Order: sequence, then C-alpha cells, then structure tokens
Amino acid sequence: MVRLLQIEFIKLWNNRASKILIISYFTLLTSIALIAAIKFDIGPIKFHLAEIGIFNFPYIWHFNTFVTAFFKLFLAIVIVSMMANEYSNKTIKQNLIDGLSKKEFILSKFLTVVSFALISTLFVFVVSLILGSIYSDYDELSIVFSDLEFVAAFFVKLLGFFSFCLFLGILVKRSAFSLGFLVIWQIVEGITTGLLRWKLFDKDTTEMVMGFFPLQSMYNLIKEPITRLEAVQTVADQVGEEIILDYQVQWHEILIVLGWTAIFIYLSYALLKKRDL
Amino acid sequence: METILTVNHLTKKFGYLTAVKDLSFTIEKGNVYGILGPNGSGKSTTLGIILNVVNRTSGDFNWFEGNTSTHEALKKVGAIIERPNFYPYMTAIQNLKLVCKIKEVPATKIEEKLQLVGLWERKDSKFKTYSLGMKQRLAIASALLNDPEILILDEPTNGLDPQGIHQIREIIKKIAGQGTTILLASHLLDEVEKVCSHVVILRKGEKLYSGPVDSMLASHGFFELRTTDMEKLEALLEKNASFGKISRENGTLTAFLKEEMNAEELNKMLFEKGMVLSHLVKRKESLEEQFLALTKNN
Repeated sequence: MVRLLQIEFIKLWNNRASKILIISYFTLLTSIALIAAIKFDIGPIKFHLAEIGIFNFPYIWHFNTFVTAFFKLFLAIVIVSMMANEYSNKTIKQNLIDGLSKKEFILSKFLTVVSFALISTLFVFVVSLILGSIYSDYDELSIVFSDLEFVAAFFVKLLGFFSFCLFLGILVKRSAFSLGFLVIWQIVEGITTGLLRWKLFDKDTTEMVMGFFPLQSMYNLIKEPITRLEAVQTVADQVGEEIILDYQVQWHEILIVLGWTAIFIYLSYALLKKRDL
Repeated sequence: METILTVNHLTKKFGYLTAVKDLSFTIEKGNVYGILGPNGSGKSTTLGIILNVVNRTSGDFNWFEGNTSTHEALKKVGAIIERPNFYPYMTAIQNLKLVCKIKEVPATKIEEKLQLVGLWERKDSKFKTYSLGMKQRLAIASALLNDPEILILDEPTNGLDPQGIHQIREIIKKIAGQGTTILLASHLLDEVEKVCSHVVILRKGEKLYSGPVDSMLASHGFFELRTTDMEKLEALLEKNASFGKISRENGTLTAFLKEEMNAEELNKMLFEKGMVLSHLVKRKESLEEQFLALTKNN
C-alpha cells in the first residue's frame, strides 16, 4: 500500500502544475481563517463577521466544512489530469508492462484520492479548532467536540466527489473534456430536478429522488449553514418567515455517497480491465 | 531447457478483424527470438497480449511455466513496445526511480544502466527534452533495471537515424552477449538476421513458421558461377541431377541445389570436364529471400 502511494506521489509531486494546484488548495483551506478579518465599519453600521457567531462551537464545524468544500474543485483538476495524463502520455501502458496490475493501478489512484480527502479533512479540523478557540463564545469541551459528524460528512463528500473525478478521467481520457463532462453532469442533474418537479412529483418527492443522484447526494451531505445563524433567524422572524430545516447529517445520505464511491471505483476498474491499451 | 513463455492457440479479434489467429509458440531460455512479419501482421498485438495490455479473445499464455501471475511475471521481464512512454515532465532519474518502485527492485542499478545506454550525462534532463534516439535508449535502460530474464523489444529502431539504429543494435548485441533471452519484433530483416537464432514468422495473424533460423527453408543453398563459355556451363549443369532451377542474369549463372554438394566438389567436377571458372560462390538464401518466399501469397 505504501509502495502504491509512493508511486503516485512521485508522479504527482514532480508535475509542476499539480504541485502548484495542491499547494494553492491547502493555502485556500487555511485562508478560511481570513473570513475572521472581514469587518465593515461604515459610520453607524458596524459589522464584524467573526462576532456574529459563525466561529462559535459547534456551529463552526458546520460552517467551515460547508464553505471549504467549494475549494475541492482545485483538487478535482489535479485528480482528473493525473488520470487523463496517464492515457495521453501512454504511461498507463508502460506501468502495466513494467508489472503493475490493473487492480494495483486503480488502487494506487484510489489511495491517493483517499489521502487527499483525509488530509483536507484534517486541515479543516485543525483550522476550525484554532479559529474556534480564538473566536468562539463557548469553550467547554463537550460543546467544542459536539456536531463532529459534519467533519465526517466532509470527508465522505470529498471522497465521493474525487472518486467521481477519477472515474471521469478514465472514462473520457482527456482532462479538459472530463472537467467539461463534470459541468455538463451538474447541468443534467439541474435539468432533471426541474423536469421531475414540473411533470412528475411534488417538491418533497423530487428532493427525495434527486437525493440519489451523485452530485446532489454529495451536496445534501452538508446543508447550507447560513439560515442556521441566530442573526439570520432573527431577521427572518422579523419579516414573519419561519425557517425550518433539518441541518443534521443524515446517515442514509452518507450511505448513498459511499455507494456512489464504490460504484465509481468499481466502474473505473471494470473499464480499465475491458479496454485494450 | 527452461521455458520462459508458452503461448497456446492465442486469438485476438478487433470487431470483424482477426489480428492474431490461433497462434502457438514457446520461448526458451537463452535464445534470441525474432518475430517477423509485414506491417499489420499481428506482432504488436501478440506482444500486447502477453504483456497484459491487450485482452485476448481466446487461447492462453503463461509465463515461467505458469508458476506466477502475469503481472508478477512482468516484473522479471523488460519490455519496450512501439514508442517509449515516460512522464515527459520528469527527468531520466525520476522516471527510472518510478520504474524501480513498480518493479520492486532497489534503485541501485540506475547509474549502471544509464551508463550502458550512454545517457548518464543527461540524467537530470527532462524526458521531453530528449531526442527520439535518446528516448529509445532510456526505454532500454528502463527495461534492463531489473536485470530481466527476457527482454522484449518491439521495433526498437523504428524512426531512428542510421547512427541511432547502430547504437541500439550495439546495445542489443551487448545484452544478447550476456546470455539474456531476447524477443525482438521487427519487419527489418537484416536486424533480425544479425542477432536472432530463432524466428516466428507471422502473416495476417497466422503463424507461417517457428523454429531455428537455419532450418527455415529446407534448402541446400545455391551456386553463383561465371566462366567464359556460359552456354556450355548451363548445358552441363542441366544434365546433372543435383541441380534444380538454373537461371542466368547479368552474366552470372545461378544454380539451385537439390541435394547437398560443396563448392570443392563442383569445382573439381567442372575442371575434369574442361571448364575453368572465373567466379564460384556457394550461398544460402538470405533471411530476406527466405522470408519473401514464405510470406508471398501462395
């Protein structure tokens, strides 16, 4: 296993583009701390983002995992191109000839994806812990370490997404087209939602059905945290709107995403096995 | 003798096209094999199948008497097929270190092998800056990293300039001289003739011949003769039962033997008949002539 990771590491780390993207990604993850610095001070309106409670435990777990998940696109580029480049350089052929089995090849890519997800999760965990300990109004251990399922959901979300990227890289064999496919897939899911809602189901059923689609199921894992803020709720109350949303991470949603991860990795393997290189 | 590779009734179809048809052969340790065939005869497909990158339609093959899985066996094989494939953004050293990791051999042989192919001075240059000849030499160095039991080369001199071709040939000869088994696919016959002891000849995916180069055609060779009175010579040979086809071209008479006869014997016989030769050569058909004879549509 270590050998397979080392193999991938040599390939990735010597590629300047991948290296820059990986470094920028982790820099961005850390830079979420900069949100704390957002401060408006225009005459009577004083606004300091850090002080409206977004860094309060346990809310910070929810907020940070939701926001940082958007940066995953950086790694998506790295993952798609690490797969597609093997095809365009024909190095996948050479790897197999040199004695890597097809299973090992997929496993080495999958392990890399797991590592990316794991390191990102650790990063977000540590950054959130530090930010929280600076800005949070609560610091009892029982509160600090509650709601950690958001961190777990973050890991699963990245894992699922990266596996999808890996599969697209193998399927399409060209990095630019794979990323294009990803965008098109997002649009397809959007249109499907619209069609289902329009012709077939009511709102709840549509949401339930869409929850089984890959990208939507990954999005569902961590619900948007903004309306959960006390400040926002107060405003909503004032305009007579009541926001009821279950913010919790649902177990069945985690299972769906893990299911997709398994499907994507298996399909990648099946595709590689079937193809003549 | 130790068998390195056995191929049994291997068939590969690409849609309606049969690229390899019911092919069987074995490769034994210590010999240098050539796979010969015109372009598109299934050489590369066959190598692709035994190297685990092309799926077979039917038949089977096994490495090292079937004691290991294919990908484990490939760690003891060195192979270069078609074009050298490396990571363009990595240097020679980095690429070779990666290969060592895949083959699970220590990285200690890198310097030795780069020296062998004459690339040690350029070890820190990126692969994409290499010329085609250098890329091909790096591929050979990479294939040798594990001191393979068998080296498989597919058209190793394709697209190289004469100097590059010469360098690659010298390297192959050096390796063959160390007793490594080699399987060389090529359509360049003089290449195969110079290094191979055994050949497998393919045409349109079918095997026409496999065995030692020497016994490819059951032939006793032929004489090239010249003398002052060619008419008399021709008439004389036609009467002799040892000769088959006789032809005259550019003042030289070519007489094919039907049974064994050495040059001395012929010279003596003609001299006794009062004929003095100005030119006498006994030859075997060259590999090219034999190959054309075998592969022509008959």
